[in-house]
Order: sequence, then C-alpha cells, then structure tokens
Amino acid sequence: MRGIDYVLKRVGFAVVTVFVAVTINFVLFRLAPGSAVTNLSRVPHATQQLRHALEVQFGLDKSKGAQYAIYLKQLVHGNLGVSYENEQPVSTNLRVALINTLPMVTLGTIFSIIIGTLTGVIAAWRRGTPTEAVTVSSALGFYSMPTHWLGLMLIIIFAGVLPTGGMTNEFLLNPGFWQHLKDLGSHILLPSLTLGLVLYGEYTLIVRSAMLETLGEDYILTARAKGLKPWTIVRRHALRNAMLPITTLIALSFGYIVAGAILIETVFSWPGIGRAVYEAVLERDYPMLQGAFLLLTIAVVLCNLVADLLYFKLDPRITE
Amino acid sequence: MSNVTPLIEAPAETASSRRGFLLRTLRHRPAAVIGTVILVVVSLVAVLAPWIAPYGLHTQVGPVFGHPAWKHPLGLDDGGIDMVTLLMWGVRVSLVVGFAATFVSMAIGGAVGVIAGYFGGWVDTLLMRITDYFLVVPDVPLMIVVAAIWGPSLFHIIIVIGILLWTSTARVIRAQVKSVRERVYVKRARALGAGHTRIVLRHVLPQVAPLLIANTVLTVAVAIFDETALSFLGLGDPSTTSLGKVIENAFERAAISSGAWWAIVPPGALVALIILGCSLVGGSLEDALNPRLRVAHLSARTFRLRPLVGRGADAL
Repeated sequence: MRGIDYVLKRVGFAVVTVFVAVTINFVLFRLAPGSAVTNLSRVPHATQQLRHALEVQFGLDKSKGAQYAIYLKQLVHGNLGVSYENEQPVSTNLRVALINTLPMVTLGTIFSIIIGTLTGVIAAWRRGTPTEAVTVSSALGFYSMPTHWLGLMLIIIFAGVLPTGGMTNEFLLNPGFWQHLKDLGSHILLPSLTLGLVLYGEYTLIVRSAMLETLGEDYILTARAKGLKPWTIVRRHALRNAMLPITTLIALSFGYIVAGAILIETVFSWPGIGRAVYEAVLERDYPMLQGAFLLLTIAVVLCNLVADLLYFKLDPRITE
Repeated sequence: MSNVTPLIEAPAETASSRRGFLLRTLRHRPAAVIGTVILVVVSLVAVLAPWIAPYGLHTQVGPVFGHPAWKHPLGLDDGGIDMVTLLMWGVRVSLVVGFAATFVSMAIGGAVGVIAGYFGGWVDTLLMRITDYFLVVPDVPLMIVVAAIWGPSLFHIIIVIGILLWTSTARVIRAQVKSVRERVYVKRARALGAGHTRIVLRHVLPQVAPLLIANTVLTVAVAIFDETALSFLGLGDPSTTSLGKVIENAFERAAISSGAWWAIVPPGALVALIILGCSLVGGSLEDALNPRLRVAHLSARTFRLRPLVGRGADAL
C-alpha cells in the first residue's frame, strides 16, 4: 500500500500549497497601498450601489479575521471581485483570457518538446562530435535569451511575412470557419514559436543526459550485440526510458511557461492571461492581478502534482 | 527524507588541492573558459563604465534614433543618446542588481540549507516544506505582484528577486551539508567539544563553499533575467538605466516600427551573453562539484533511485 501512501502525500502537499497561496494572496493584497479596506470596492466610476454591494460581499467593514473567512467563502464560490478596468467580474475576465492563452501555450510547448527531444537525441548519439557541440551550444544560446527580446527579434525578422500582434485580423469581416482558422494559425505562430525556442534548451540538455545514461545500460549492449540498427536501438530501447525524466520536466516547466506567457503575450498583444497580468500591473487593477496570480499558482501546483503522480506511475523504481 | 546517503562519496580535500581542482576543471572544459572570459570582460566594462563610456549618459549627441555611424557604432536611442554609452551603464546596473539580489538569496538559501542539513529532524522538515512551497509557486508572477504592490525602485527589485530565488541554493547546500555532517572529522570536532557555530563555520561551510559559488553564478543569471523581465513589464526603477530598462524603453518608443534595430538588438544580446556566461561557468563548476548531477534522473528530480554506479555518461 506504499503507492496509496505516496499519492496521498503528494495530494496533501498540493492542497496545503494551494491553501498557503490563497492566504498569501489575501495578506499581500491587504497590504496594498491606499486604504486597504476600500481596495476591493474602489472600482473607479462604480456606482454607489456596486460599491456597497462589494463592501457587503467581502465584509470590508469587519475585522481582518472575519474578512479572511468571507474571502475564503467567496473564493469557493468563484467570486474574485470586480475588475477596476472594465467593471466585469474578475472570474469572467480570467475565463476569457485563459481560453485565449491555452492554444498558444500548448502549441509552444509542443514546439519545444519536438525541438528539444530531437536535438537532445542527436547530441547524445553523436557524442563528442562537432554536431553535439553545435546542438548543445545553440540550445544554451536560446535558453539564455530574454523571452520578450527573442519575441521582438522574431517580429523584426518576420515583420511583413507574419502578423506580429493580436489574435485575429480585426478587418476580416464574417470569416468562414477555415478562413478564421487560417487567420488564427498565422497569428499564433510567432508567439508560440518564441515560447518553443525559449523552452527547448532545457529539454535538449535533459534529454541528452538521460539518453547518455540509458545508452550505457546493459540492455543497450544486448541490443547492439543482437545486431539491431542504431536507429532502432535509439527509438525502441533508449528513448523510451530516457523519456521518463522528460515527462516530468514538461509538467514541471509549467512555471516557466507561465512566466514566458506573460512576457510573450505582452510583446505580441495576445489577449490571454499573461497580457491580463501586464495590463493589471499598468492599471494597478488589484482584483484582476490577485485573481490572475491565484489562477496561475493553482495551475502550477496542479501541474506539479500531475508530474509527481505521472513519474510514480511511469517509473516503479522510485522510493521516497 | 532524513537519511539520504550520497551515491558517490566525494574525497575529503585540502584547500590547495581544491584550488587545483577548480583550475583543472577550467582547463578541461572549454565552455568554462569561454564563460569566464565573457564574465571578466563584461565585469570590467561595468566597473570602468564611468571612465570608458564615450559620451555622457544624459547628453543628447544627435538626432532621435540616429543611424549607426563611425562616431556612434551602435547608433542613438530615442533621446539621441549614444547606444554604446547606454549599454556600458546598463551592464553596470544590471550586474549590480544581479549580484545584490544573488547576495540576498545566497544569504537566505545558504542559511536555510546549512541549518536544515546540519540540525536535521523537525527543523529540517519544516524548512524543507517551506522551501518546497517556494519552489512550486511561480516566481515571476509572485515577483510581479510584490513589485506592483511595493512600487518601482531598484532596491525593491533587488529584495523581491532575492527573496524568491533562494530555493535551489537551499536544497543543494542542504544535501551537501547532510553528507559533510557525517564525516569523521566533524564527529571528532564534536567529540572535542566544538559548538554548533564553530562546526558549521570552520568545518561544514568550507566544504560546501565551492558548490555555493557555483550556485551563486547560476543565480546571478536568473536574477539578471528577472530584472530584465520586471523592467519590461514597467516595474523597473524609472530613474536608473539597466539593460532591461533600455530594452523596455526602445520597445515603448516604437524602435521596431521606426526601423531602429540598433536600439533594441544589442541590449538583449548583451543580456543573453551575460546569462550564457553565467550558465557556462556555473554549469561547469556544478558539474564538477556535485556528484548527484552525474546521475541524470537525480539532476532532473529529487527522488532517490536505485544507485546506478558504474554506468552513466562514461560507460558508452
């Protein structure tokens, strides 16, 4: 029953982490400048009614402890307050932004996995040759570039060829389904390519060292002795085991993906969650910033949990 | 969690052989040499900026976004200020932020790692739980939140980066301290009546120091990256010129649509170069010093696996 123990432990840690994040969120934003009590109800141009409704909802006239309890209760109901900017509920804003972010981030991650795995395998297989030196140093090079700067470079290079901002062409009136998809595809390419290029370096290095380790195993020697083709050995025998650390790394790198998404969406005016963070910072839209931060934290914690459980499932050698 | 035995016991070294070890590492790894050269040159420029910068940091010497010319090899920025001058001062500020933030994170991470590793027990469990938490929380969004609430200033940036970057240091140091603690000479020192402070300062820290240095160099890279990111999001100090600020400024003033690539390509390339230099040096040092990294699974995750001694990178 060690397995269940392990799963319970990880799930427990995730739950506690989310709870701590929620609490820190409460503390941080109650420390925000300006009158803390009116922070949530300080929606500009809000009617007296909305302001009053918010004050009652979040119990802003009560003690800090009571406020915390109310905050938790509202959170469970998905109520994160009202955005200063467009006076919509934060949760609605976040839902729209999240739906926009997901395809871009997913495509970017897929790019990085493909490039990273390929270059990593090549680097390990061609160990000690100039090919390895080139793949590893270019991986390190891209890894070193500031995310937003790489995005700007792609804009300079592809300006005129690919759209460099926004998610769709606003002048395209009533596009058909395929036309819309093509439009979206051309807009999504540069942001997700930026994410892919920034992320792939780490995959390359991990794939390379994992491959080197598996290539040293006895069963690889057996496979070679059997006279299998090198490519078959890589694909069927080495890569499968080498993919173990990669599966977890993918989930673990979600934190970096989130950071990258904020910078990339700012550069490419992609109307997703990262851009929402940027705009919330510019406008000092605290409810929005608070909600976005909470959503991002929970997403990262969940991804870490998935990584842990996945790794446990995939590699029975783990003993913790 | 409590009794992690190292897979490969590092031999105890004297101070001089340790220095020889560092030199050997540098000689056998071209990457480390390249990284060192980059960092030395960049640091020299940063230190000497007030004397070697060709123009004043605030003096307009030509038209807005003036083209690169013989007198201004990298052109002028949106205020007609010489880009070379701007970059030299930018490197200076970025390095200051990088090192200062790293210093903060080293102090926290080193202390947490040494205390957790040395004392073990519930102290260890508690500190490692806190570390786990900081490790999981996405640090850039948290930095943004704290910086946004606290207000933009160089000092705030340094503190914010510093207090969020210490986790990897703490874990690396803790693992190392745990193994050092069990060595015979430490036990002897304890038997001779040495106090905790003395043991930690005289016997444990010197053994951990090289790894701490490797980790420092890697942290500087992250800190500089984070400063660039925060500046880009408008959270940088408005009154200073860091490389991140130079990029942000050029982006805000539409350097790209004006075709002024020279205002935006060099500062980012310089940041990439510094981060590359740090990664090369720090990576090589850590490779050479941290036995856990020789097992790929362990470098990716902290799980304990069956020892795979005698296999690995050198077997093929």
